[in-house]
Amino acid sequence: MTAELVRGQNHPLPQARLEVRVSAGTPVVAGATLGDAQGRVRGIEWVAHPGAPTLPGLEVSRQAAADHRLAFDLDALPETVHRVSVLLALPTGTGGPARFGGLAAPVAAVTGLDGSGVAHYSMSGLDAESAVIALELYRRQGAWKVRAVGQGYAGGLAALLADQGLAEAEQLAGGINEAVVQGLARSVAPPPPRLPDGDRTRQAAAPATPHGVSGAVPPHEDPPNVPRQGSPYDVTGSPDPAPQPGPGGPINYVHPGRQSAAPPAPPPAMPATPGQPAQPVAGDATGWSMEERLYNQVWGMFEDLARTAAAYRSAVDFADSRLAQELDKVLADPRNRLGRQGDLARETARTKHTQLVSQARASLDRDLAQLLAESDVVEPALPAAFARWDNPVWHGYRVPMEIPMAVRLGDLHLPESESLCIPMLVRLPLQRGLWIDSGRSGSLDPFADSDELRRLAMETAVEHAARLLAVYPPDVFAVHVIDPAGSGASALAPLVHSGVLADAPAVGAAGVSDMLTRLTRRVDLLQMAVRGGVSDALPPDLDTAEHLLIVHDFPHGFDDRAVTQLRYLADEGPSVGVHLMMVADREDAAAYGPLLDPLWRSLLRLTPVPDDHLADPWVGHAWTYEPPRVPAGSQVLAQVLGQVAQARRAWNR
Amino acid sequence: MTVNMTKGQAISLQKNDGGTLTAVRMGLGWQAAPRRGLFGSRTREIDLDASAVLFADKQPVDVVFFRHLVSDDGSVRHTGDNLVGGVGQGGDDEAILVDLQRVPVHIDQIVFTVNSFTGQTFQEVQNAFCRLVDETNGQELARYTLAGGGAYTAQIMAKVHRAGTGWTMTALGTPANGRTFQDLMPAILPHL
Repeated sequence: MTAELVRGQNHPLPQARLEVRVSAGTPVVAGATLGDAQGRVRGIEWVAHPGAPTLPGLEVSRQAAADHRLAFDLDALPETVHRVSVLLALPTGTGGPARFGGLAAPVAAVTGLDGSGVAHYSMSGLDAESAVIALELYRRQGAWKVRAVGQGYAGGLAALLADQGLAEAEQLAGGINEAVVQGLARSVAPPPPRLPDGDRTRQAAAPATPHGVSGAVPPHEDPPNVPRQGSPYDVTGSPDPAPQPGPGGPINYVHPGRQSAAPPAPPPAMPATPGQPAQPVAGDATGWSMEERLYNQVWGMFEDLARTAAAYRSAVDFADSRLAQELDKVLADPRNRLGRQGDLARETARTKHTQLVSQARASLDRDLAQLLAESDVVEPALPAAFARWDNPVWHGYRVPMEIPMAVRLGDLHLPESESLCIPMLVRLPLQRGLWIDSGRSGSLDPFADSDELRRLAMETAVEHAARLLAVYPPDVFAVHVIDPAGSGASALAPLVHSGVLADAPAVGAAGVSDMLTRLTRRVDLLQMAVRGGVSDALPPDLDTAEHLLIVHDFPHGFDDRAVTQLRYLADEGPSVGVHLMMVADREDAAAYGPLLDPLWRSLLRLTPVPDDHLADPWVGHAWTYEPPRVPAGSQVLAQVLGQVAQARRAWNR
Repeated sequence: MTVNMTKGQAISLQKNDGGTLTAVRMGLGWQAAPRRGLFGSRTREIDLDASAVLFADKQPVDVVFFRHLVSDDGSVRHTGDNLVGGVGQGGDDEAILVDLQRVPVHIDQIVFTVNSFTGQTFQEVQNAFCRLVDETNGQELARYTLAGGGAYTAQIMAKVHRAGTGWTMTALGTPANGRTFQDLMPAILPHL
């Protein structure tokens, strides 16, 4: 506990090795004088100053500075020394201020070597003085104490030293100042030679062309062993994780409003809860609206979790490899084959391993606790589009008037943090189609029942579609379904019965062909109109809404022409608001060979069961994706779809 | 408290109020030296690159440089490549932020290097410095000036390493040659 001293007050010193930290708003000289039992300074050899910074038991700075740290070892002082005065003086002849008046009050603090505060003293009320005795450390009955002095001298350093009984005060003060001025000359970089105008034009807008390919190969561009190629988590349009300054331009960190001189250190006030991170708050991120702030906060949590896990994993990997190396070394040394020496060495290696791993775990747990606390405040604050189905916000659902910036497609978590789920938010309008994989290829459970998976996949697709319908205003989003064999009818029931679909699910080859032809025509027309800049020339029956086409049971019911149309929709649709949601097992379409590879690659793959196939954009961890689930027995989906259907009827769609 | 560091000098990274530092910024600034003689007014752009190499027990674990701006664990961030320098007068042209609290526990040393990517030697650079700033309040903790440019293209500036529960910075100032940090690895290893 730091004692706040007032002038004249004293305070016991708990230890002999101390630091006195001085801070002033402007460069000052710091020094110390030693006094005997009578308080007299016996000679200039008893003064520590920039010209002679070291005396037995104490050391001062060699130069003037706004902040100083003076080191003391009181036990190392000569026996005859009973008093140490810490003094500050303004250097003369450097163009700095000539008096303390008008400057911020200088502050002196006594601390232990570990920085723990002992005493703190702020020298207020100085005026014409240009030198001041800040503190006095003195022996009293075998123990050292500190007293706040604050005695100023308008006559400067010479007057101060003379007052201490030094005969050579005048010369010494002059010498000290000389040393300081020389020190300043050494430390301040000379101004650069003035260049003729235009000699050095600032290339602030130089294009930030990446360095030529001739450079060395970056080691971390694409972490191996990451299932990236399939369907990486779409990060298009996500906030740049590391905001970079303007291209090529030099960076100026100086805040225009910040004074250039070091401000006086504020008194070391106790923080409300020392050592504790701030309480997390929902919406604690940048953004113009609460929605945007929450979106950015979720992405911030996502990145933090990715990086924290990376730190933990790399520490554990390192500990493992070091343990293996050390054990190998023990094994390789023939002296260790017999006796206890080898056991001891192995034991030490294992202890080091355990220690490092537990340290890593501790910092991971600390970070996870912070993120969990943040998640606990963020989840309830999320708007419907970002919220889980069990969030109460869905019970107060109202048909929105505006398109949200993103939609939640599920949850993400890492093995290290099963309890911490990061919402997987994807920007709207969708940049790419979705593929709900009904195959067993990527499933975590190799024995999952294939029919069960297909049913789950279609249910998941319906949940995604229902959410998209709910978060879009009713007049700008339409959902179509292709279900050639009608096998998805039971899963589709919530959509069909509530009447939110734009048209009945297309059944049979003719239905498939008709639906695809209509959507293809739509994409064609819109593209022509957009490219030609004549969007007002579109036929009147063509609305401007976004369309989502759910394709079930692909490639059942598809002929070659239909497959071509589907590929066309996948390629060209997203740019004009026509999106695909394939509910398919890639194996079923294996007959088409590599022809369809670009189709699968262009879609964001999601799974109906938890699966670790998504990679984050920073480190490339494999994240476990969990699809959104409506809580069992909950009527929320039906209620929401009912409202959507009603609104759509009201909008005459 | 700014400390003008000399080669080999070490300072403990503690705040004036005794708290440990949580975030520091290693700033790098430089200007192209004016050329003498005819056509002396023609400027030559010099691209210096700051890099930070993270070591665990003398093994490089991660590196932060212009192509990998954030260490995997997120504790070390490069603010972006500057191809020409020239802020001058104490401003940083490139900076690397280190969040000391989040540095993974096994990382015990972070070495900061400067390379001349365009191949000019430090003879053609003036006013080059690196400095360590307390990111939380903008106060400069230490400054190290690249004294007397010589005929070399890289310099191992400083290292920040764990000491007890806190961190210590040591000025290294060793000249070396190389285009990127990889070329410097043999020169860095003796300093670990």
